[in-house]
Order: sequence, then structure tokens, then C-alpha cells
Amino acid sequence: MKIIVNGVEHELAAATLAAALKTLEYENATVATALNGHFVPARKREEAKLAEGDRIEIVAPRQGG
Amino acid sequence: MRLYDVEVASRLLLGTAQYPSPAILAEAVRASGAEIVTVSLRRESGRLREGQDFWSLIRELGVRVLPNTAGCHSVKEAVTTAQMAREIFATDWIKLEVIGEADTLQPDVFGLVEAARILSEDGFSVFPYMTEDLVVAERLMEAGCKVLMPWGAPIGSGKGLNNLFGLRALRAHFPDVPLIVDAGIGLPSHASAAMELGYDAILLNTAVAKAGDPASMARAFALAIEAGRAAYLARPMEPRDMAAPSTPVLGKPSLAG
Repeated sequence: MKIIVNGVEHELAAATLAAALKTLEYENATVATALNGHFVPARKREEAKLAEGDRIEIVAPRQGG
Repeated sequence: MRLYDVEVASRLLLGTAQYPSPAILAEAVRASGAEIVTVSLRRESGRLREGQDFWSLIRELGVRVLPNTAGCHSVKEAVTTAQMAREIFATDWIKLEVIGEADTLQPDVFGLVEAARILSEDGFSVFPYMTEDLVVAERLMEAGCKVLMPWGAPIGSGKGLNNLFGLRALRAHFPDVPLIVDAGIGLPSHASAAMELGYDAILLNTAVAKAGDPASMARAFALAIEAGRAAYLARPMEPRDMAAPSTPVLGKPSLAG
């Protein structure tokens, strides 16, 4: 199904946010996630089911002022 | 200086953006003596992993991080960003920015107060990036903020303290609240001036990152902030309009002829 990851469309078979992170190779990275604009804590990623057209944001530490 | 429940010795908080290289960033942080650096959250690419390298560098520096919500224009974006930051950086501290205007990057103070309330109730220690408005400051305190961060001038402008009167009034109205000038500082003299007004600390980034020699400039800011603080504690003289001779007049020989 089509999932938007960080603004880019992906074709993913993953059923959950946790599975999507694994497919996209973020498994061991320090990242935080949001699904359709809502924060999803790491411990809830297994329960976060994905549906066609969902928007995932995956962020990491970056330089800031 | 106490910021929420943390005792901090250095009164310089340094941003980590816009340095020529990670090595120069590290050198500047060390030279500044800063114990707190600001960081952000941005989209991570699965392949490039830029964020992972940056995070390793910051952890090696052994400093406390103050994550920001830079670039957020709505309460919802800022709150969600803060929640993500808390998980990644394992800190309740958040430099809350809710931007209201694109050219000046001035805060949307209405959204700021609302976001500050939501986050404070959720256990965050909020460092609000605000204008020097007294009423906004009052509302932020009511919302749960225990530190206030008025701008000196627009972010990245390097213009220094645009509203000395307003900053002085804010200091006078909130004598016991830690006040940090955040944004607009261009020169060590600007930072020193803010400290002489009785401000508790300075948060800056561009003035160091964009200097020809960031590490030397970081050191210059550290010295200026220390000097300004010492001057404030020493209670400066009152200025006056007319000259007053410093050398005694009494006892001057009569030599005019």
C-alpha cells in the first residue's frame, strides 16, 4: 500500500509502524516517529497499524539554534 | 544559575547550527565553556543517517541538550515536536518556538502561551522564545514557565538589543525569574550589555557559527558574558548628563597667571 514517509511516497507491505521502520532500515537508529501528525512513542510502534495513504514522519537529532 | 531543577555555572547557551564543520562545532562548544547546547529534530534519511553522526558528536561533548521546536508555526506542530524531542533526547527541557511571522521569525505569542500550558501540564520544563512583552511574560508564568527567553533582535540578525527599555522593564518586573536573552546577539558587547542589565544568561548561535573563527568568538562571548555579569553584581554607577570631574578640584594650584 502507499505510505508517505517523510514526504515521499513509498510502496510498503508493512502492517505496523514498527514493521515499516524495519523495512526502511531505521531499526537501530535514534529516531522519533509520528503517524498522521500524532506522536507515536517507540513502545507503541508495534500497535500503530498502517492504512493506505498514511503519513509517517521519522526524525532524528540535528543541529539547532 | 538555576534553570528549573538544574544548577548551571556557565551563563552562555550555545546553538549547534551553521558551523563550517562538525569539528569546528565541537571546538567552539569547548571554547565557549557552555554546559547547555540547543539541538533540533529533522527528518532522518534511512541511508544517510546524518542525525546519528550528529548525535554521537553531541554526546561526546558531554553537554546538556536543550531541544528546540524551531520552524513550528502552530501549537500542534510545536507540541508534537516537543513530544518527539523528549523521547529522543531523554529530557523534559524544551526551547519552545511557535513562529508567527516569516520575515522577522517573531514568536506567535498567543500560540506560545497555549503550547506552553499544554507542555507544562504534560511535565515539560518550558524555555519559551518570546518577545519582551510584560503581559506575555506574565501569561507564560501562569502557564507554568519558570524561565523566560525574550529575543534581543530577530533570529540571525546580529542586531543586538533592539529594545533596551523593554528588556530593562522585564528584568525589573521579574526579579526572581531566570531571564535569558535568546536571539539577535551579534557581538560580545551585545551579550555583555544584556548581562549588565541583570539578565541571567545568553543563548546565541549565529554570532559564533558565522564568525571567521568560531572557537575564538565563542571564547570572546564567554569572557564578555562573565564581564557583564561581574559588572552587574558590582552595581554600575548612575549615568548623568553633565561632566563631573573625577580628579579632586580642591587643592588645585592657581597657575592661570
